Amino acid sequence: MASRASAPLARRAGRSLVYLAAILVALYIMIPIYLVAVMAFSPRAVVYDYPKPLIPTQLSLETMSFFLNAYGILDSVKNSVLVAIFTLAISLAIGAPAGYALARYIFPGGDIYRILILSTRAFPVVILSIPLISTYINWGLDDTTLGVALLHTAMALPTTILVTSSVFVGVSKDLEEAAMTMGCTRAGAFRRVALPLALPGLAASAIFTFVLSWNEVFGAAILTVQNQTLPAKLIVQLNQSPIPFRFAGGFFILVPAIVFMLFVRRYLFSLWGVKLR
Amino acid sequence: MAEIRIEQVRKEFGKVVAVRDVSLTIPDREFIVLLGPSGCGKTTLLRCIAGLEQVDVGRVYFGDRDVTDLPVRQRRISMVFQSYAVFPHMTVFENIAFGLRMQHKSDAELKRRVQAAAELLHIEELLGRYPAQLSGGQRQRVAVARAIAYDADVLLMDEPLSNLDALLRLEMRAELKRLIEELKTTVVYVTHDQVEALSLGDRIAVMKGGALLQVDSPITVYDRPAAHFVGSFIGNPPMNFLTAEATAGGAAARVGDTTFPAPGRSGRSPTEPGKLWLGIRAENIEPRPEPAPGAIAGEVLVVEPLGSHNLITVQVGAERLKVNAHADSAFHSGQPIWLVLAADKIRWMDPGTGLALR
Repeated sequence: MASRASAPLARRAGRSLVYLAAILVALYIMIPIYLVAVMAFSPRAVVYDYPKPLIPTQLSLETMSFFLNAYGILDSVKNSVLVAIFTLAISLAIGAPAGYALARYIFPGGDIYRILILSTRAFPVVILSIPLISTYINWGLDDTTLGVALLHTAMALPTTILVTSSVFVGVSKDLEEAAMTMGCTRAGAFRRVALPLALPGLAASAIFTFVLSWNEVFGAAILTVQNQTLPAKLIVQLNQSPIPFRFAGGFFILVPAIVFMLFVRRYLFSLWGVKLR
Repeated sequence: MAEIRIEQVRKEFGKVVAVRDVSLTIPDREFIVLLGPSGCGKTTLLRCIAGLEQVDVGRVYFGDRDVTDLPVRQRRISMVFQSYAVFPHMTVFENIAFGLRMQHKSDAELKRRVQAAAELLHIEELLGRYPAQLSGGQRQRVAVARAIAYDADVLLMDEPLSNLDALLRLEMRAELKRLIEELKTTVVYVTHDQVEALSLGDRIAVMKGGALLQVDSPITVYDRPAAHFVGSFIGNPPMNFLTAEATAGGAAARVGDTTFPAPGRSGRSPTEPGKLWLGIRAENIEPRPEPAPGAIAGEVLVVEPLGSHNLITVQVGAERLKVNAHADSAFHSGQPIWLVLAADKIRWMDPGTGLALR
């Protein structure tokens, strides 16, 4: 009897511990973000104050608006968006069919292929940087958004392929076969049944790729000079900027990532097969 | 509605022969059950008929149409999957209408036929729901309704009842039988459940190792199994087999001290000379508490009262038999027992090949 009564109690205690840990982790991540945000919207003089109040007393858009208008930040935002969209389009166009094939067909070397996909990530971009940039110069791809997008595609493809493959594994083959018995072609069955069911997972994978491209610094920094993406621009510029601009830049690169996370949250779980209701 | 003719069909997966040169003609409007243990090739044979697998060798005909090289969608089949394969992103209505939409039926006819199919399976109230809101049994009904809603030449069913719990399966089995009698279509039904096969099929095709062992009416398959495997796979308890010694040149066989007339040289001769298997079902053995002429002597091991009858396990020499006794019978374990076998129900098997003699 005693053990039976204590079981739910122990479970409740375990749950509270999990929540406590989650709250601590969240604070650990969110307090710096909060401080950066406050500083980015504070007048310049306040930034140097110490100690800083936890709740800001003065807010101003001065730093932020100056930051946006100077430095060519908006151009680099445009570049970043373009690169991310190209990356997303190319990696889905190549990765989703590959993932589908991995999910549906048993073919010789399938398992080795699965591992080989990941091996592209075994090369740090640093090692490849010199050959890569000289090839890009030869092909006229250097300092272009397409060039950066191609590099990002190479980096994103392994995850795209493996994630889409697990998404398609989750869509039973029987469903497509059932559609075929009722008069669909193979492509028709895919379009009417597999695709609609895989769409949330594919969207998740796409957003994953988008974020990867948005955050990538090193490749973007070495491949571009004029047409820098936002992270590349910020890394290069902010080191030589006064502190208020560093906060503004930090805030500017944080926000899209946070918005993405909010947006993707549901789908991230579906990537790992956990259902969120 | 069509006759299905399978000619010398062979299907291999790598080194595994899943279907081994099977020939089978299924007359129009017949309900045939492919029965066998898992891995016997029954589902592969069904998928070859459906076109979901390409046969390696052989032809498949629906009536006069050679469908061997036709893709699935041109074969005019409908199929119920073991997993039901109900589309989760469509309502029940859209699920049932799917085949009709593919056949470009008019809106009015589509509605009428979806309604009719839903009524046949008693799921009219569920038409607006999504599959996630249905129970397993309801999903199963949707899968069947979807398969019968549109015109198809043959209806293929792959273990449609195996995912239902026991009570629901029993109910659905009877309903399916009624439904298919009404439909008057050719049905190929795959199952590993021998009771399902016996209760549903016009004929049963028993498969093992990718080959057909016997294709006969349920009662023939039950009473006169063509192989040791068929006898031991079908029936609960399975058929009893006793080792017998052939005497008089094979015209008789002896079990213990009892001699039975055997098929002799009239049929196929046994590969192992002198040895035979005597096959007999539990209900064709009459247990007696005292000696009787022609009875086999043994000893009662266990008595299991099953309500309708008592199941007795009897030790005869080194072998064991299951015997059905009347529920009122007073046998108890350790008691000597004499078994009278119904002579016309005895099946003789060749222990070498496992096949029936005569």
